[in-house]
Amino acid sequence: MYQFQFQSGSEADTFRLGAALARHLPDGAVVALIGTLGAGKTRLVQAIAEGCGVDRRDVVSPTFVLVHEYPGERMLYHIDAYRLKDEDEFLELGPEEYFESDGITLIEWADRVEDCLPPERLEVRIEVIGEEKRVFELVASGRKYEAALDALAASLRAE
Amino acid sequence: MRILTIETTCDETAAAVIGDNLEVLGSVVASQDELHHMYGGVVPEIASRAHLERILPVIDETLRRSGVALADLDAVAVANTPGLAGSLLVGLVAAKALCVAADLPLIAINHLQAHVYACRISAGCEVFPCVGMIVSGGHSSLYRCRTALEFDLLGSTIDDAAGEAFDKVASMLGLPYPGGPAIQKAAETGNPKAYRFPRSLLGDREVLDFSFSGLKTAVRYTIAGPGKPDFGNIHLNETQVADLAASFQEAVVDCLVGKAMLALEKTGLNTLCVGGGVAANSRFRTRLGEEAERYGVALHAAPLHLCTDNAVMGAIAVERFRAGCFESLDLDVLPGLVRNKG
Repeated sequence: MYQFQFQSGSEADTFRLGAALARHLPDGAVVALIGTLGAGKTRLVQAIAEGCGVDRRDVVSPTFVLVHEYPGERMLYHIDAYRLKDEDEFLELGPEEYFESDGITLIEWADRVEDCLPPERLEVRIEVIGEEKRVFELVASGRKYEAALDALAASLRAE
Repeated sequence: MRILTIETTCDETAAAVIGDNLEVLGSVVASQDELHHMYGGVVPEIASRAHLERILPVIDETLRRSGVALADLDAVAVANTPGLAGSLLVGLVAAKALCVAADLPLIAINHLQAHVYACRISAGCEVFPCVGMIVSGGHSSLYRCRTALEFDLLGSTIDDAAGEAFDKVASMLGLPYPGGPAIQKAAETGNPKAYRFPRSLLGDREVLDFSFSGLKTAVRYTIAGPGKPDFGNIHLNETQVADLAASFQEAVVDCLVGKAMLALEKTGLNTLCVGGGVAANSRFRTRLGEEAERYGVALHAAPLHLCTDNAVMGAIAVERFRAGCFESLDLDVLPGLVRNKG
């Protein structure tokens, strides 16, 4: 499976998706988050972090600080490209170090730095369809992400 | 006593020389607003490159204005937490080099504590113990400040900082950066009750945290509805912009003022010190003043020129000097947020 769509009617649904991602993302996963202002990118990161044993209140927007690191059961790297002018500025943050680690790297506004991302990754496009309602379009590139998406879809259907 | 203080945590390169009685012998803030204006935000790479270019001229100019030579200093103090890693490093390395060159002790400044200390400087008298509030682009936090140097975190934002919300809502409304002054100005002619935006967590008396991301999303939804809006192409008339700005600002101010008063009530303290860039917002200051009077608490809001980042508030180093809190030369930067420590 390369693609999986998840409809979220509330933040509770988003937290279910986050928990499933936390269970099924492979070590060293890179997750590109794409969506407009207020789409819920940081919310999804909070949900994944909670699934990794991080207090969700510790997860705040990295817009100003650029990178947050959260040590949980798995290491999480939370990057925000909102204020970056170009891809060179992103590369100056040393993202390869995060990509090559065993932790999970989550990048908000990833569409702004697309060419700097590893070709194998999970892309999450978030669409706003109602005040609370969101559609999450998950697209896997690479076999380990395809396998993860298969397992994720199966576990969400079984819930 | 003369202490050189250095501040490079985010977008300002600043230095000051502070004396025994917190008097400012000289102060320079090399504002980078012009550079940032071109890119609609705090552009970090530009910030750290500009820090590198400016740090030595800023220190030289500060010493010149102070009429103090390097050899006349008693210590060098630098903000090493929290902030952008690359920016913090520029200030820290400069401070260490000066310490080695002039054989001076090194003092570490916590940038957030310094924001609260800005209130102590302008008060001209003791303000501790107090509730300390820092509201800026990167932070929205409440502390119980036992002394100038002992802070316990009471609550902070669980998603976006207040200043960040101002910036992002300003960009949705087509207003310029920085968003705070732009929204304040647009709100002057607006009706704060035109739109009913959410006040997340305000009703929850158990917590002293803030949440501004739901408010940001509500403004976005009001302006653009579902889908992927191109905010550059949404036409709002002047009244709509003014009403949206005023209603948004009122929601932020309600949350900030409400939680500040709750913090005073919960801690039993009767002094409130407020610093950070958002503390310059006039509606926020007015409302704080009204509530402080109603509750009979002493309010110290940082003077406008000490709300945004500066090195004068690094005068907190005088307290550390007196307490004998010096650092070794392997002091590192701590870029991260400080939820679990003061």
